[in-house]
Order: sequence, then structure tokens, then C-alpha cells
Amino acid sequence: MTYLIQQILNALQLGSIYALIALGYTMVYGILRMINFAHGDFFMVGAFLCLISVTVLGLPFIPTLIIAMIGVAALGVATERIAYKPLRQAPRVSAIITALGVGIFLENFTLALSPYPKHVPPLIETVNWTLGGVTVSNLQVIIIVLSLALMAVLHYIVQHTRTGIAMRAISFDMGTAPLMGVPVNSIISVTFALGSCLGGAAGMLYAMAYPIIDPYMGIMIGWKAFISAVVGGIGNIRGAVLGGFILGGTEILVAAFLPSTYRDVVAFTILLVLLIFRPYGILGKPTAGKV
Amino acid sequence: MSSILSALSSRATAPALVAMGFLLSFAIPEYGLLDLYVQLVLIYVCINIILSLSLNLVNGYMGEFSVGHAGFMAAGAYMSATLTAKIFPPDQVALLFPVAIIAGGIAAAILGLVVAIPSFKTRGDYLAIVTLAFNMIIKAVFDNIDYVGGARGFIGIDRLTTLPMTFFWTVMSIWVMRNFIYSKYGRGMLAIREEEIAGEMMTVDTRRVKVLAFVISSFFAGIAGALLAHMLQFINPRMFDIIKSTDILIMVYLGGTGSIIGSILGATIYTVLLEVLRPLEMWRMVLMPLLLVVLMIYRPQGIMGMRELKLFIPGYDRVFMRRKPDEKEKPDAA
Repeated sequence: MTYLIQQILNALQLGSIYALIALGYTMVYGILRMINFAHGDFFMVGAFLCLISVTVLGLPFIPTLIIAMIGVAALGVATERIAYKPLRQAPRVSAIITALGVGIFLENFTLALSPYPKHVPPLIETVNWTLGGVTVSNLQVIIIVLSLALMAVLHYIVQHTRTGIAMRAISFDMGTAPLMGVPVNSIISVTFALGSCLGGAAGMLYAMAYPIIDPYMGIMIGWKAFISAVVGGIGNIRGAVLGGFILGGTEILVAAFLPSTYRDVVAFTILLVLLIFRPYGILGKPTAGKV
Repeated sequence: MSSILSALSSRATAPALVAMGFLLSFAIPEYGLLDLYVQLVLIYVCINIILSLSLNLVNGYMGEFSVGHAGFMAAGAYMSATLTAKIFPPDQVALLFPVAIIAGGIAAAILGLVVAIPSFKTRGDYLAIVTLAFNMIIKAVFDNIDYVGGARGFIGIDRLTTLPMTFFWTVMSIWVMRNFIYSKYGRGMLAIREEEIAGEMMTVDTRRVKVLAFVISSFFAGIAGALLAHMLQFINPRMFDIIKSTDILIMVYLGGTGSIIGSILGATIYTVLLEVLRPLEMWRMVLMPLLLVVLMIYRPQGIMGMRELKLFIPGYDRVFMRRKPDEKEKPDAA
């Protein structure tokens, strides 16, 4: 029983990181109907910004988090303005390929600057509490609580602010929204900023939980987060969070009961089976085809 | 220029080009016309042409977004390498190599059949996930099979891939793709791309078309994998992960979707450019994606997007004949 609770805690930790990244995918998709394949690499840049902030600038936890979030948000907005905006009218795949290109650029640029995997020094003293046989570290608590808090903030912004209403309006009908006075370009920038800043936060939290980082770390994590977003129903914010926790939970539970090399196989097979039965994700709505 | 183009569309051109290519592909290694490095690059270009053609069939002509093509390559590479390195008698390996290549293609085609089944119901981003997960599962499966070396990789593969053989398979893939695209099923594939439901109403058997397209596409990806394995003499599961799939995607969209000549150009330019930029070392990998992004911004449809060289349109000259004003079009001519 304690073993199970321990694994559930681990699952929550991994799942909240997946969920944070998946939110970035789903928000951009919700508005632009475009998969931002560079998002996993935004996450990686967040982890590297965290490394720079800790080793070069020697900053403590909160400023590091802010640097990672703002830095990645700026990167996201710049990418959108330079690479994606000219392609808004182009075929959808061109934008996707551009996103792939931006992702590869970020990976290889980081690789050219830092060819070897780096170790991120611990930012905060790790304290372990033992409650009835279950060990909880303060790091785990910080990761889970901070992720949930960020998700709550995002939920508030999307549901209860004018910006959020504008976002939902664009997502609902991109043609009509500007007629109603919605500044489409700046709202899209805000969306990119919000999504990327969550990705940056996830990168920083990941670097603290699993302190070996390398330029290609964003690929696998990014794809997994994308899968989470799709499983939950892409474009749906609650779905992304749900999908993140489902994927994190599946991976940890598989690793707990089977050799860890089978983790990806079983996790992906479960996802495939799920997609066969619910092809539009758990919370997604099937779109009726028009001819 | 126009005289060159009209010469290219004449009926004798294709056989002449193929024959010339074969002569060259035999002569180059035989008389050492080009140094070994250039020969290797040539083989690599041919393999990449097969790969991007096969992906173009699904992504460009059928309009799906498959992102796990390296998984099929892995199946072909491992199947053929197992046959040549472990199963065939060592003294007859060179003779049996074509069998191994075809077996690799068939293994990949069977996997293509498996991937085609979810494509009946899911489309777009969800099908992308299916192919992506498929790619990751394949890689993880090979990571766990000790018989083929697991994560350490498969060593002891003979160097059997030759230039004429690679050229033969490239011509084969172009020929099969061309004939498939302009066949009844190929038209059905285009109908699926443009509007699946409308196509179905016009009596396109979408399931059958999807299965055929995936099987043909994955068969050739498997062939390319088999050729690659016997060129590099070493394979490991990491070579066939999502990064490799992305490479193929880039070649297809660089050249332009829905175009055979586009795939040929895209694969050639991408491969050759990477080799030419080698002196830049690590920074060439930074430069390449930047070039791709710039190309996409200024030419989103790729180099050839949806345009085709007349050479690759079967019966182009006959179509031209039929449109003479004095000749009536038969109603069943389609």
C-alpha cells in the first residue's frame, strides 16, 4: 500500500510536468489549429536557462524560475512573430514543418554551444519527510504545488479575464473575432507567451527533479506531452492536464511493475488502444465532417 | 529550355535515362570514376530518394500526416540484417541479398498494414499520434530484443549494398509510385486527400486505398532501411527514432508534397547540402533548419509543390494526343 502511494506521488510529479508542457501545445492549437512542434525545445531552453541562472548568475529559486519563464516566453513570442506569422495563410503542414525546423534549430544551436550533458546543481536543500512509510521530498511537493498553482492561474486567465475571452473568441471563430474588435495578433502573442512560459517553468522544474540535462531532452518529453494533449483532446485545456496526469501515471505504474525498458512500449500501446476507442481524445468533441 | 523539356517528355526518354543510369552505376565503382566518398554520398542520396518518395505517397498524395516513417525503416533494416548476418549460410549471402532486401520490405509492409487499420477511423493530428507512437514502440521493441543486439546495436552486417543495386531500387520505387499514383487507386488516394467523405460517396473504397497506400509506402521504407543497414554495416535502434523520421519529413516538404520530382529534388538537395556544409562541423546542423524555415516562409509549398515533371506522368503524350479537336473523348476513357 505504501509502495502504491509512493508511486502515485511519483506519478503526480511526472504528470504535472507533462501537463504543464501539454498546456502549451493545446493553447496554441486551440487558437491557431497548429501543432507547435518546437514547444518541446522551448521546454529544453527553460532547463538550460535554469542552468545558466544557477551556475553563472548564482541566483536562488524564485528568480531562477522567473528568468526561465520570462526567457522562454520571449522566445515563444519571437518565434511566433518571425517564423509562424508569415505562414498563417499557408497550408497547415508548412507551419508544422516550420515548427519542426525551429525545434531542430534550437536543439542544434544549444548542442553547438554546450556539446555535453550538463548537471544542474541543486537549488534548494532537499528535505525528506516520512509519513507512515511514504517518503515525500520538499522538491516533489514544490513541483506538484507549483504546477497546480500555475494551472489555476492559467484557468483564471482563460476563463475570467478579457484576454481570456478574446482567446476563446479567436479559437471559436478566427474570422469574426477581429470584427468584434479583438486584436488578433496581440492575443496570439499573449497565447504564445503564456504557453511558452508554462513550458519554461516545466523545464526548470524538470531540471530540478532530474538534474542531468542535454539539448535533445526536449524531443522525447515534448512528444510525450503532445501525446498527453491529444489523449485529453487537443485544444482542450482541462484535457491537456488530464492527459498529462494519465500519461505520467501510466509510465510510473508500468515502470513500477515491469522492467523499465518496457515503460515506453506499454505506455504508448495503452495510448494507441485508447485512441482507437476515443479517436478525438477523452474530453475532445468529434468534429462533424462537412462536404 | 522548352526544347529540353519537350525532349524530356518524349516516350523514349525514360528508358534511355534509366539505361544510362544503370551503365553509370555499374561503371562508376568498376572503373573508379568517382572517389569512394562521392560513391557513398550517391548511395545515400538514392536511399533518401526512396524514403522521401515513400513518405510522400502517404503525406503528400493521401494527405495524411505520418510522422513515424523511420519505424518502417527499422523493420526492414533489422529483418534483412538478421537474414544476412544470422540465418543465411555465410558463403551465399551476397547471392541471397536481394531476397533479404525484399524480406525487409515485406516485414515493413506488414507493419504498414497494422498502421493502416487505425487510419480508417482517425485522421489528421490523431493519426499523427498513432504513427508517432508506432515509431516509438518499434524502437523500444528493438531495444529489448537481445537477439539483434538490443540497445547496443546490431554488429557484423556485411557490406552488401552496391551502387547498381541501390539505383535499381530507386528506379523501382519511382516506377511503382508513378504507376500507383496514376492508377484507379491513386485517384482514390487524391480523393481522400481532397475530401474523404465526398470521395467515399463517389464510390472510392477508402479502406482499400488506405491499406494499399500504407503497404506500398512502408514496403519501400523497409527496402531503404535494408539498403541502409548493409551500407553502414551497423544499426542500432536509436538510428530509427523520431529524429530520423523528422529528417524524412523535411526532405519531403523541402521538395514539395504531391510531386515525384519534388521528392527526388528534396532528398538530393538535403543530402548533398549536408555533405557540402561538412566543413562547418556542428554549425551546419544549426544552418540547415534555418534554411528550411526561410524556405517555408518564402515558399510554403516547397520547391516543386504539387507540380510534376512530364516524365513522371504516365501516358502524358497520349493524353495530349487524345485532346486533338477532331477526336471525341470516350466516356469510359477515365
